[in-house]
Amino acid sequence: MYPQNFRYTKEHEWVRVDGDIGTIGITDHAQQELGDIVYVDLPKVGTKVTQGATAGSVESVKAVSDIYAPVSGDVTEINSTLADAPEKLNSDPHGDAWLIKIKLSAPAEMAKLLSADEYQKYIEAEK
Amino acid sequence: MRYLPKSDSERRAMLDVIGVESVEDLFAHLPEAVRLKRPLDLPEGISEYEIVEYFRARAAENANGYAYFLGAGSYFHFRPVLVDTVVSRGEFLTSYTPYQAEISQGTLTTIFEFQTMICQLTGMDVANASMYDGSTAMAEAAMMAVRATGRGRVLAARSVHPEYRAVLKTYSESQGMPVEEFGYVPEAGTIDLEDLDRKIDDLTAAVIVQSPNFFGIVDQVRQAAEIAHRRGALLIVVFSEAVSLGLLAPPAEADIVAGELQSFAIAPSYGGPYAGVIATREKFVRQLPGRLVGQTVDTRGNRAFCLTLATREQHIRREKATSNICTNQALLALMASVFMTVYGKKGLRELAEQNLAKAHYLAGLFRPRFCGKFFNEFVVKAEGKKPDDINKALLKKKIVGGLPLGRFYPELADSMLLCATEVSHRADMDAVAEAFQ
Amino acid sequence: MTPRVQPHISLNEPLLFERSSPGKVAYQLPELDVPSVDANEALGAENVRAAIEGFPEVSEVEAIRHYTRLSTWNYGIEYGMYPLGSCTMKYNPRVNEVVARLDGLAWAHPYQPEALAQGAMEIMARLEAALAEITGMDAVTLQPAAGAQGELTAILMMRALLTKRGNPRKKILIPDSAHGTNPASAAIAGYAVENIKSSETGVLDVEALERIVNEDVAALMVTNPNTLGIFEENILRAADILHAKGALLYMDGANMNALMGIARPGDFGVDALHLNLHKTFSTPHGGGGPGAGPVAVKKELEPFLPVPRLKRSGKRWAFDYKRRYSVGRVRAYYGNFGVLVRALAYILANGGPGLRKVTLDAVLNANYLRKRIEGSYDLPYSSPSMHEVVFSDERQAKQGVHTAEIGKRLIDYGFHPYTVSFPLIVHGAMMIEPTETETKHELDRFSDAMISIAKEVETDPQMVKNAPYGTRTSRVDEVTAARKPVLRWRPA
Repeated sequence: MYPQNFRYTKEHEWVRVDGDIGTIGITDHAQQELGDIVYVDLPKVGTKVTQGATAGSVESVKAVSDIYAPVSGDVTEINSTLADAPEKLNSDPHGDAWLIKIKLSAPAEMAKLLSADEYQKYIEAEK
Repeated sequence: MRYLPKSDSERRAMLDVIGVESVEDLFAHLPEAVRLKRPLDLPEGISEYEIVEYFRARAAENANGYAYFLGAGSYFHFRPVLVDTVVSRGEFLTSYTPYQAEISQGTLTTIFEFQTMICQLTGMDVANASMYDGSTAMAEAAMMAVRATGRGRVLAARSVHPEYRAVLKTYSESQGMPVEEFGYVPEAGTIDLEDLDRKIDDLTAAVIVQSPNFFGIVDQVRQAAEIAHRRGALLIVVFSEAVSLGLLAPPAEADIVAGELQSFAIAPSYGGPYAGVIATREKFVRQLPGRLVGQTVDTRGNRAFCLTLATREQHIRREKATSNICTNQALLALMASVFMTVYGKKGLRELAEQNLAKAHYLAGLFRPRFCGKFFNEFVVKAEGKKPDDINKALLKKKIVGGLPLGRFYPELADSMLLCATEVSHRADMDAVAEAFQ
Repeated sequence: MTPRVQPHISLNEPLLFERSSPGKVAYQLPELDVPSVDANEALGAENVRAAIEGFPEVSEVEAIRHYTRLSTWNYGIEYGMYPLGSCTMKYNPRVNEVVARLDGLAWAHPYQPEALAQGAMEIMARLEAALAEITGMDAVTLQPAAGAQGELTAILMMRALLTKRGNPRKKILIPDSAHGTNPASAAIAGYAVENIKSSETGVLDVEALERIVNEDVAALMVTNPNTLGIFEENILRAADILHAKGALLYMDGANMNALMGIARPGDFGVDALHLNLHKTFSTPHGGGGPGAGPVAVKKELEPFLPVPRLKRSGKRWAFDYKRRYSVGRVRAYYGNFGVLVRALAYILANGGPGLRKVTLDAVLNANYLRKRIEGSYDLPYSSPSMHEVVFSDERQAKQGVHTAEIGKRLIDYGFHPYTVSFPLIVHGAMMIEPTETETKHELDRFSDAMISIAKEVETDPQMVKNAPYGTRTSRVDEVTAARKPVLRWRPA
């Protein structure tokens, strides 16, 4: 269920790398925990994000959850379709509801992230 | 005691169920060192009759039966009888914040109507469900502008209510939001646009003006907007006399409107409780502090209302909070709503026209100090007498005169701010003018 | 006798704007006794507005029917109990409404001469003194408009004191069970917030506190009893730990209903606290406000109180504006005077011995509910409860039913729900506070309802999940309201 070519964080973000561009989103586990998502707050294009630091937030009706950047870099693109349809995060968190794309500044950081299997084990242990 | 609805036998039965001997046992776990070992040093409880007598005696020690010519942010307007009829209903008076939408549709619907009427009055797209008062509404509006622009400085006109500016200063210090003031033109009583232009820069998040301003003068909102917007700053327009909105053009150029609704059937009540409000453009809605009611549907598809965009609120954001309001002023916002309903489209305008007429009659008995156009308040210079002495003489006629301005504006220590509303009588106004001679 | 039946009147009612009809009025103004004035001339044509588009146009009859019909869609204390933990929804004495409306008080202008405001000032002075006595503190300000503003005021004062002592410090410690306004107020005041975990008995972990208090800590913000309804038994030790490192102890006084006449914060080491007059002191909630959040402090903080202060000047009261170290003003004028009048009326009605009885009955009522309900719901902390008790939905969650849904089902039994999902340290929290103004009959009615719902969860969980059934609207779609906000009416 968790794509093998993604890498994951313990804060439930995923990143998929193509060349030097990383596409970032939140995991299916995250959207389940959050419930119906009503709003997404994303950093502006050009913002520098740092691995582990906040890069926007996701809101359900009664809670706000910070998004933590899985890797460092500059934001090159944001998914503007989420402004009108935040519910996509609930239905397709690994595909259509990607959040931001960044140009990686430190690709070596990827080594610190979890594989799909490691992430799967991690969320099972959390229960 | 009449508010403790249990008999001793009922208490006994409850203690038996709990399994303790006496109610004191329920406190036995408290450390000895924290226990209060004497009774509270307060007299015994008194009867309802004595309570009323006590407060009647205090009320008698205040002004009774005086005609007032005070405004300065708190205004004397007739309160339609329906206002208290409505707010005295237990369903409005005693109910809790409408978090449980299914049993709060009464409150939620009235707030939705309130938000709508404020938008209609101010020309803004969205309004919140009230702030503590005009002064804190202004401070929170400034904080909003800082968040929305990402800049830190705020410029406030000296012609904004002095106590509102004092509150802004208190909030700004803890927010690291420096506030600077710009002056007013001595002849007109309107903002000094040149001073504003000199002081504004690219770090300015907001320019704050009040209209009608503290001197009662319709201020140069459009011109202030031009200067602010040219520099990428937001314009915040403040009002403290809500009745003015019945006649004055709403501040279309404002980005945020912050105001006081006390004039709408909220008794002056020695300064509080009042109800502030913030209204703004659609694009700033997520920066808006305070509660918001939104329209939605229930599972059967019927229209319903609920509190919404709750994630802006501080009890959810916790340490990431951007505003400092939980309790709002719901019952007072309801008073304002009933007032707006009773006067309505035609009445609010007629009420404002009467205020204009009364104040202009009074002003016609003097020469106002400022030449700017005014609504129901204006400043008069006392010639050859001190404002305090004029007021002393007026008190003997059971008239409370205007506000001597020296306490807030040293340069205007020879002047006072006079207000006349629809409840002011011609004979009293003539007496005021006489006292100045 | 069935406790709840359908109401016989609960009519549909459109919005005011949908009821309006051009030319209908609900007012009449007297004739002017002065000449009318041309608005365009007096104000300048560019400053005169067009008609207020869409503003209501209804008659007096429609106005009163509109609001009356809407009121029937609400609940209220005069219908039945609000078991809301942390809110202290007690009876709002009606005599308080009468005295607050006395002309000399309601029509007092904040700027009227002090000689003509002595009655108002006496009321405020008397309330300050009473609150100081009840809390065991040295000085009180009545200026803050609500609890959150009281918290902010107190934090500003504490920072001013610490600054004067040489170091304002950087952070404030807050228990993970705290109400969200606590960290919010700290953040607004410019402090960083550090959470401190509660122990497994639900109280402050003083060992942990001792480890983390240092010269960077300005204060600990504590609620006592805490939000689990449990008395912080180590509060004196916590105060000592803080004071030894030059830090301060702040108490959120929301739960003062559990302490009156029994224990005083000033006696257990608190340096500053706020009170909620709309909780402990019976002023009405009004659908969400107004309230008042007075702050009581020890004398070391007195110089920093907001300005003006009431002071005795010969035989009279006066306002003192010459307060060099004051943090300034937190709002215009003096405070929510109308709310202060009601709180004083409540204190006078009860008196000293009466307030203690209030606390005794509040704690009795909560413990009675705990005993009656604990067989049906999970009780996460077995420590003694004071005026409120927190259960969890753990048992019911096994059937897929959660606290919010149980709360909704309570509505069908004729109650307002308890506080749902707070405090955050209890998963699926159900926070219940009856207050002292509930009858045994009402407490039994509530307990019976809770027990019945627990049984319903066993036999028909789906039915509970879809509650409530007997209300004006069925479950409301909060998700769409947040995704696509519609915040005002617009004409079709």
